[in-house]
Amino acid sequence: MVAYIIRRLIAAAALLVLVSIITFSIFYLVPRWAGATPETLATRYVGRTATAQTVHVTAERLGFYDPFYVQYGNWAKTVVLGGKFDMGAEKVDCPAPCLGYSFITRQAVWPDLLDRAPVTFSLAIGAAVIWVVLGVGIGVLSALRRGSFFDRASMTLALAGVSMPIFWTGLIGLTFFAYKWKIFVPGGTYTPFLTNPFEWAHDLLLPWITLALLFSAQYARLTRAGMLETMNEDYVRTARAKGLRERNVVVKHGLRGALTPILTIFGLDFGLLIGGAVLTERVFSLNGLGKYAIDGITNNDLPKVLGVTLLAALFVIVANLIVDLLYAVVDPRVRTK
Amino acid sequence: MTLTDQHRPAPSPRSGAFLEVRDLRVHFPTDDGLVKSVDGLSFGVDRGKTLGIVGESGSGKSVTSMSIMGLHKPGTANISGEILLDGKDLLSCSREEVRRMRGKRMAMIFQDPLSAMHPYYTVGNQIIEAYKIHNDVSTKQARAHAIEMLDRVGIPEPHRRVDAYPHQYSGGMRQRAMIAMALSCDPDLLIADEPTTALDVTVQAQILDLIRDLQKEFNSAVIIITHDLGVVAELADDILVMYAGRAVEYGTAEHIFNEPEHPYTWGLLGSMPRFDRDRSERLVPIKGTPPSLINVPPGCPFHPRCRFEKNTDGLSQRERPELIDNGQGHLVACHMPQSQRQQIWRDEIQPLL
Repeated sequence: MVAYIIRRLIAAAALLVLVSIITFSIFYLVPRWAGATPETLATRYVGRTATAQTVHVTAERLGFYDPFYVQYGNWAKTVVLGGKFDMGAEKVDCPAPCLGYSFITRQAVWPDLLDRAPVTFSLAIGAAVIWVVLGVGIGVLSALRRGSFFDRASMTLALAGVSMPIFWTGLIGLTFFAYKWKIFVPGGTYTPFLTNPFEWAHDLLLPWITLALLFSAQYARLTRAGMLETMNEDYVRTARAKGLRERNVVVKHGLRGALTPILTIFGLDFGLLIGGAVLTERVFSLNGLGKYAIDGITNNDLPKVLGVTLLAALFVIVANLIVDLLYAVVDPRVRTK
Repeated sequence: MTLTDQHRPAPSPRSGAFLEVRDLRVHFPTDDGLVKSVDGLSFGVDRGKTLGIVGESGSGKSVTSMSIMGLHKPGTANISGEILLDGKDLLSCSREEVRRMRGKRMAMIFQDPLSAMHPYYTVGNQIIEAYKIHNDVSTKQARAHAIEMLDRVGIPEPHRRVDAYPHQYSGGMRQRAMIAMALSCDPDLLIADEPTTALDVTVQAQILDLIRDLQKEFNSAVIIITHDLGVVAELADDILVMYAGRAVEYGTAEHIFNEPEHPYTWGLLGSMPRFDRDRSERLVPIKGTPPSLINVPPGCPFHPRCRFEKNTDGLSQRERPELIDNGQGHLVACHMPQSQRQQIWRDEIQPLL
């Protein structure tokens, strides 16, 4: 088991390096293939009025003349060890882990990410609780009453839920619940959990529900399919043959068996979500990682985009690692192999 | 089938037995038509006795056992007739009443112990669960009982093995553990549905021995369901041969093996390897396939596959033969006269086996 964990950790680290290379390539190589020169790249950082000389010096200082592997190496080094950014007039210190420095906002990326991560985390955790409870619950009931009115109605709703985009459900939710009936705040406010947990929940409830609606639909369908399968397993028949109450047959034997694929997909979804719920944060004006990424993209602020992308990749990898390790907890057959 | 035929009571041979099934009919309405899985079946088993139910796949053996256990999904099956366990009709009991009896008064062993045990719980856990449903004991007491049961079914080092998962057991051990689980509440009736089909031949004999020994110890009524006459030859006191949802022959094991009178039983015997006789050229399979239970052939359901069908002058194509006592408590459903059946058995069938 320990060897398994170590093996998985090494694989996760290797994967992270690979992701960083790919991400770096996308942001630093693709513009060149599109015809950008070191000078045009540097133009972004000095403004349009700069002389050719200034542009050249800036490009040199930023390492744009170096070959790709040198640029990647320098970048990776600053991530691990930290580094200094030469702003001409001043030298800015960027301690490790230095995920980059925005020359536009003149701020290091990492502290910004740390600032915004709690918002995205709060959004993801609350939504996840709602969608797991709702989705799994509806899925189980649907499977047990297969073909009933409840089953057909909830699966139709689930299909609608999967099909409706966040920006639509979000705006509709805002229109009615925030502006018309004034039950919730229209977004844009965030109270840290530790300051006031009730305010925290109240501020986030509408985004949670919006986000959970989309996911619970998927989880309901997934749970239903899994339950339909496990409830026909021989071991469920055995559980009934023992004289076990139907409720326990469903939960202890049926649902337990159907949980593995749900856990897998949950790891992926949650990992992806804490890397930034782009649409939800945008619709509800929440200052999370997703909105940070959008700001980076709209302002052509590459270090920001690169930083968020890497952090999101890290979250997905870690979430998957946790899920893989949880497999051993859920399924004893994995443990002994 | 005519209405009068539906309501004609099937003979009930062993009246007053511990488990008595009378005119059991289990029909499943499906989109393709009514599946008559069991269509007028009667039999009985006493405590300490073993009944073997034999037949091909789809003859209604397992459906019968599921009906006794009350394991059909509510609303899927139309069940009629009577299933009397110690005089109490299970079919008129509420679902909750039947649930309370399941596992305690009647228990079941399934075919494939790997898929019949939950892969995520330890063997001990699953036995403890079974025991605690019907006994108000602490988990510690239940665990001690589980270890005792594992020991009784011949699992080595039960103290250690109790915490192992089903996949860590061998096939034979798993079936032993299933038996331990089924017997944990000391049931009066044990149904073994193809208990050895998924096992190696060498392990099969051990499991059958185990069932026989435990039956003596627990004095329970046992039903063994199998397609393999060899299995019931070892164990059964009585044998019921099923075809297309009905009994075609029902008698003591001696009668069925030594003087069978139904052509289908002859076919089963012919397709069974035997070690107590000289080896014949090859095993003789029964030609054709089991009938669809939606469109059961008119008349005798076995007539399209029967070599002796011509002996009945077409009667077997028109009329379903009743299960009739031949005078020795041996029931046969065949249109051929008894003397002719006995003669065919002596002259044509027995010498070839």
